[in-house]
Amino acid sequence: MHPFPHAHLLGLAQLKPWEMLFLLDEAEQWVELNRGRAKHDTRLEGLTQINAFFENSTRTLLSFEIAGKRLGADVVNLGVSGSSVKKGETLLDTALTLNAMHPDVIVIRHGSSGAVQLIAEKVDCPVLNAGDGRHEHPTQALLDALTIRRRKGRIAGLRVAICGDILHSRVARSNFQLLASLGAEVRVVAPPTLLPANVEQLGVTAFTDMDKGLAGADVVMMLRLQTERMDGAYVPSTREYFRFYGLTEARLAHAADDVLVMHPGPMNRGVEIDGRIADDIVRSAVTEQVEMGVAVRMACLDVLTRSRRGVAGWPA
Amino acid sequence: MTPLCITGARVIDPATGHDGIANVLLRDRLIAGVGDAPPPADVEVIDATGLVLAPGLIDTGVFRADAAACHVGGITRVVLMPDQSPPLDDPAVIAFAQAMGKPDVWVHPLVAATRGLAGQELAEIGLGQAAGAVGVATGRSGIASSAVMHRLLAYSRAFDLPVVTHAEDAALTAGAVATEGDYATRLGLAAAPAFAESLAVARDIRLAEATGARLHIRQLTTAEGIDLVRAAQARGVAVTAGVTPAHVLLNETATAGFRSFARLSPPLRNDDDRRAVIAALADGTISVIASGHDPRTQEDKRLPFADAKAGMAGAETLLALALALVRDHAMPLAAVLRALTAAPAAIFGLQAGALRPGAPADLMLFDEAAPWRISGDRFQGAGNTPFDGLPVAGRVKMTIKGGERVWCG
Repeated sequence: MHPFPHAHLLGLAQLKPWEMLFLLDEAEQWVELNRGRAKHDTRLEGLTQINAFFENSTRTLLSFEIAGKRLGADVVNLGVSGSSVKKGETLLDTALTLNAMHPDVIVIRHGSSGAVQLIAEKVDCPVLNAGDGRHEHPTQALLDALTIRRRKGRIAGLRVAICGDILHSRVARSNFQLLASLGAEVRVVAPPTLLPANVEQLGVTAFTDMDKGLAGADVVMMLRLQTERMDGAYVPSTREYFRFYGLTEARLAHAADDVLVMHPGPMNRGVEIDGRIADDIVRSAVTEQVEMGVAVRMACLDVLTRSRRGVAGWPA
Repeated sequence: MTPLCITGARVIDPATGHDGIANVLLRDRLIAGVGDAPPPADVEVIDATGLVLAPGLIDTGVFRADAAACHVGGITRVVLMPDQSPPLDDPAVIAFAQAMGKPDVWVHPLVAATRGLAGQELAEIGLGQAAGAVGVATGRSGIASSAVMHRLLAYSRAFDLPVVTHAEDAALTAGAVATEGDYATRLGLAAAPAFAESLAVARDIRLAEATGARLHIRQLTTAEGIDLVRAAQARGVAVTAGVTPAHVLLNETATAGFRSFARLSPPLRNDDDRRAVIAALADGTISVIASGHDPRTQEDKRLPFADAKAGMAGAETLLALALALVRDHAMPLAAVLRALTAAPAAIFGLQAGALRPGAPADLMLFDEAAPWRISGDRFQGAGNTPFDGLPVAGRVKMTIKGGERVWCG
């Protein structure tokens, strides 16, 4: 059986559990390489990787750029500020323009759900979703899973509580798909105004009381709450949010003793997470997540370009 | 003009209840007779054996009076939404809109309820009526302010004009592109609850009841909204409702893969709501079927789902999709044709939609069983249909407007 029969990585909803595990297994070698002195491989030599980011990003863009460069690809970044999008060019025209430059892989972030799929349908090379609207952010979920697996030795059977702005979060959606597929018990914790409708249909249990949601959790995954959503639109204020949904020592005491605390970044210290917890190297995996991010992205870039590189066993 | 006699067709006239093989004689742009008399010597005879002859369709609430598409779809009259450029809030613009389709397709404009369709100040509704408007419409969206809506209904009552509304609560649906539910949640689309419709329906029914105005809900798409309309009709409130084939035949799953052709307003609902729409058509709570014809360019539709403009091209597929209700045994053929002809004619007071002698010779012939496949690429104008690729049965063979053959298929 072919281990990864997909032309693109648009989301985790389309992947089988063993395909997710295949990507995680592939990433392990890159964790080792990245910790060594010569952080370089040549398998993507001669290939062009375009990072087209239609939405501002620092860390994800940097992570993809480093991942591509460490594999030997020629990496080009297209930021929204330098793009023709501002001159009124449509998204599909931009896609066709990029395609005409014969890229070998395109990494896309866009503010609208489904935008990455739309572009993938129009270009001739693999497309990697680096976040589309509220839909999916598959490499973030994969790096979270890799972090959990390396710390806990497994994913199946763990109780994972995802806390914060679930409604607007693509990270949460991708994590539901991945963690539930791999056998974790997924809980979501949020004020009712930040929980999507029928979220339980996605295989998770919803809590509005954080203490109850954290009870016995092996992993607590905090999500970023954008400040513009805390001025009364979705929650009354920052201080009220922190009072009821901020991750504090007292609240974390409800979780398992060996709980792992995660955050996709950038963190709002004092809003969703107490700074001391974030900095606790025993419990917090925040910097490790960033490290795993590069490895996971290297694995995705490698696997998606295997067909066009003529790797044995990968059909053209 | 040569008089025509169409022979051998199954003539269905929902307005008179006629359903049977008959000859129809057209003379001087009017229907001269329907019966079994043989064709007179001086007329051209069209043998329509095996076809159904019905009044030309009246399409309620189109956004563009697309003559070519209408002819292919058997539509001879359209009731035009005020969402034009400029909006139909001025008598001169209304008079122009009314004249623009003649002679091929008659356009019956709706006057904008408020100036610039902004939902704030009443437009010149009375002067609009004098210029040819057959009703008042709030446009693509409803009127957010209950006070403005109250005044609009009270004022329109004095002119006996029906008020066509879009029933979605404005604040709840702001920014939303889908119906709240696990489907929208999975796709990560901004969604509004289905009860955004029933909130608006409840308010508008109450205001219609208070003012005695005639209310027409252009698209009624949820079980809750339907229950409210059914109850209001039972107690005598002057409220009618319509729907497009999209909410009859599709549910939210049509948005899979972020297909922007399925981006509609109101958005597609879940399947319980869809089945409630069919039941409401069957029992007459919803009396009008319309295309919602809203052709969109590639630039408006080839976008990520949430960024695409709402709307579908529907004039050419209206009859074939409506006939699915007959095929599925939800409604008899005459009832479907009534929803496409006599029912809208009655709401807007049009002297059309019937085959009685002296009525305008607006009619269409169709083959009830002819199979074809919907292909947006072959549409007369824009091809933004969520039904692209769907096999259907029922094809218009001839459209006659004012005694003239305007289309033969």
